[in-house]
Amino acid sequence: MSAVKMKTQSDWIEIGTLDDIPRQGARVVKRFDGDIAVFRTLDDSVFALRDKCPHKGGPLSQGIVHGNKVACPLHDWKINLDTGIAVEPDEGCAARFPVRLEGGKVFLSLTPEDGCPQGTA
Amino acid sequence: MKARLVVVGNGMAGMRAVEELLKLAPEKYDITVFGNEPHPNYNRILLSPVLTGEKQFREIVLNDDAWYAEHGITLHKGREVTGIDRKSRKVVAKDGTIAAYDRLLLATGSNPFLLPVPGKDLPGVIGFRDFADVETMLTTAKQYRHAVVIGGGLLGLEAANGLMKQGMKVTVVHLPDVLMERQLDAPAAKMLKKSLEDRGLEFVLKGVTKEIIGKNRVQGVVLADGRELTADLVVMAVGIRPNIELARKAGLYCERGVVVSDTMQTYDPAIYAVGECVQHRGQTYGLVAPLFEQAKVCANHLAHFGIARYEGSLTSTKLKVTGIDLFSAGDFTGNDQTEEILLQDAGAGVYKKVVLKDNRIQGAVMYGDTMDGAWYFQLMRDGTDVSGMREKLLFGQAHLGDSGHGDIKLRVASMADSTEICGCNGVCKGAIVTAITGKKLFTLDEVRSHTKASSSCGSCTGLVEALLASTLGGDYSTTPKKKPMCPCTEHAHDDVRLAIRNQTLKTMPALFKALEWKTPDGCNKCRPALNFYLLVAWPGEYVDDNQSRFINERVHANIQKDGTYSVIPRIWGGETTPSELRSLAEIAEKYNVPTVHITGGQRIDFLGIPKETLPAIWGDLSEAGFVSGHAYGKAMRTVKTCVGKNWCRFGTQDSTTMGIDLEKMTWGTWTPHKFKLAVSGCPRNCAEATIKDFGVVCVDSGYELHIGGNGGVKVRATDFLCAVKTPDEVLEYCAAFLQVYREEAHYLERTAPWVERIGLAYIKQRVVEDAAGRKELAGRFRLSQKFAQVDPWAARAKGADKHEYIPLKRVG
Repeated sequence: MSAVKMKTQSDWIEIGTLDDIPRQGARVVKRFDGDIAVFRTLDDSVFALRDKCPHKGGPLSQGIVHGNKVACPLHDWKINLDTGIAVEPDEGCAARFPVRLEGGKVFLSLTPEDGCPQGTA
Repeated sequence: MKARLVVVGNGMAGMRAVEELLKLAPEKYDITVFGNEPHPNYNRILLSPVLTGEKQFREIVLNDDAWYAEHGITLHKGREVTGIDRKSRKVVAKDGTIAAYDRLLLATGSNPFLLPVPGKDLPGVIGFRDFADVETMLTTAKQYRHAVVIGGGLLGLEAANGLMKQGMKVTVVHLPDVLMERQLDAPAAKMLKKSLEDRGLEFVLKGVTKEIIGKNRVQGVVLADGRELTADLVVMAVGIRPNIELARKAGLYCERGVVVSDTMQTYDPAIYAVGECVQHRGQTYGLVAPLFEQAKVCANHLAHFGIARYEGSLTSTKLKVTGIDLFSAGDFTGNDQTEEILLQDAGAGVYKKVVLKDNRIQGAVMYGDTMDGAWYFQLMRDGTDVSGMREKLLFGQAHLGDSGHGDIKLRVASMADSTEICGCNGVCKGAIVTAITGKKLFTLDEVRSHTKASSSCGSCTGLVEALLASTLGGDYSTTPKKKPMCPCTEHAHDDVRLAIRNQTLKTMPALFKALEWKTPDGCNKCRPALNFYLLVAWPGEYVDDNQSRFINERVHANIQKDGTYSVIPRIWGGETTPSELRSLAEIAEKYNVPTVHITGGQRIDFLGIPKETLPAIWGDLSEAGFVSGHAYGKAMRTVKTCVGKNWCRFGTQDSTTMGIDLEKMTWGTWTPHKFKLAVSGCPRNCAEATIKDFGVVCVDSGYELHIGGNGGVKVRATDFLCAVKTPDEVLEYCAAFLQVYREEAHYLERTAPWVERIGLAYIKQRVVEDAAGRKELAGRFRLSQKFAQVDPWAARAKGADKHEYIPLKRVG
């Protein structure tokens, strides 16, 4: 049973600027309970996912970013950045974290979105 | 308002075109399909196992009723379209149903040709085309005894075998004196006939059917020579004719088939046609692979992408006729301009023949052992000069170099389901077969994406293809000649490399625009390849795109399963000093390196380094005089050596110095795939030079140069290139070979498959015979090294690319 958490102001943190993240790449936000990968696509959109591939836990932040997807560097699973869901026919997901851009600065919420059952660990 | 697409014909070609269209442009059309038969789309090739009782009809359905509903497709089963009004763009069915169209796709298939002999309309005389025919055969077999099949081609033999399995006494009447004369030569056909006679079939070759007799239903077949065969059922399997009546009535231009262009359009541009009803560049097709290629091109144009062309298909036929493996491709008969190489073992039921002209394969026919069919076909399509492998050609690909699976040729059909087919991904036969049948897979690529089998190292590809052929019971889609680089484009590797030079494309965005890439920024397959191609084409000008490199190359270390990295400094020619070893030991202790491992490349590997520590450890290594070993990249890796003349009583030359010099010349270069060298001081070859991409074996008179060897998954021994006299020549030939490889191979193609693809003769011409050309190649290599021979570790130790190694933020 998951408690509905209010996304309060304290859950959002400023993590850096857009330029800190390479275009078509990612940076890592390190946390004791699991790293978060923050991605920047070609058109300067930002996304954030648990830095753990649903396949065998590989670091998604190290993969090649193309379109709105990233390819896991370990065994090449493709993960959709906007949903965190693996591209068919693979099945699985990495938890999504809310992230937004404000005046060139990147803000990340440390509370994952619902919808990825195994992805919260 | 959606455009309206009407499809006339609910068979494999037409529905494949619809499937491909739905992948490209699912919302573009309201689709209506008319099918004569009262069934959804089913796999016609698998009617044979339904006849023998091995399969049920529902198992061979490709798209069930639910599929049409899910995709919003209106399916009119059992409704024959009788007219097309091209002016008002409408089709009319027999029962009066009318459908208006903006685009029309004709996929009316073909009709069995019925011999125009008296009695052909008697009840009990049928073709072997659809499920209704199979139902008739099954019912007749229960009540009657004798069957005559007219036609000893593929279809006729399948019918005969099926009827025999259902308990009938079957005689096959065939006009030529060779069975399956379209696919087999006389000796192979003879073996086939004997094998089938042993099972109980009877044959009348050179048999001319004169008349079919009977009162209320068929009772017998009379031949021209007067013989009469008892027959309660006659199956005519003497060929198919494209079903073009509808098209002809509508005023579309037809010859043997409905004539279409390379974009699958008829003379009316709003009307397309695919499949067996079609005639393209004078050819009609009856095998599934070309039809699927046509379907793909047609869908591309219906989706208004407008970039695909169908150029005809070079077909190979890999069949399972009544359980016997057959393969045939190209011109397998030959003439007085060709020669043939033959392997025949009648006792083992094996017959293989390859027809050559000017050392290139023109055709092949195989009976009993068809494992290498796909390989011969590839060699034929590529026009490869096979003179270098002539003696071993008929023994198969596995005998060119030892195959990683040993040289056992396994009969996949008889393997247990639990047999592991794909070692890299742990996929067993049962899983692959279940996926093929359960998910209706037709091609190698589909099997790869659904099961992962053959999707990693690829050495089990031959086995997976054999499984596809045996599971599908007939032919299956072979890959088209020029394989696109990746799903982002239709262009093949060679075309892209050519375009980069011809159109002076110097950045990736420029390339994406000029070559009309389907995606805004490529994918993880093409970006690394394009980055490499641009780098090679414009040394010193192209700006390397780090974000298009695989992680290992981006951070200059090998990622391990837990996200830590492996660090391997360069040890020139595999020779070190006590002070170097001391430095390495001190650094390993300072950083608490968990594991120190000695590599096959004669170097030392530190494992378990966290990413953030990399710049620091590199700084220490740099100070101690080490540079990157590039153990992580599609790059020059190592040069192994033996101690050679300096110490060894057998050494003929100073192999160690030669190796060090080679390494100093080549380190830092990026290559299509990893590149390894070795120098052995004598033919005892202690440095294993003959499994290297470029290997040197020293001899008394100089240096023997070897190329195209690979250790690893698929071991291949080198080809001997030539012998030279001086170390300077060794360096020049090596640089030239490396540069041809860099300029012309496909990304991720090791030298072994590259040499096999383009042929040793070509490489000899460029590197050995053309001295001026060789010097130019070597010059281009040295130029590229001016920009590439830079230690990446030193720069990063000083802070370059800092963002790669440190997290953006630490929380809690």
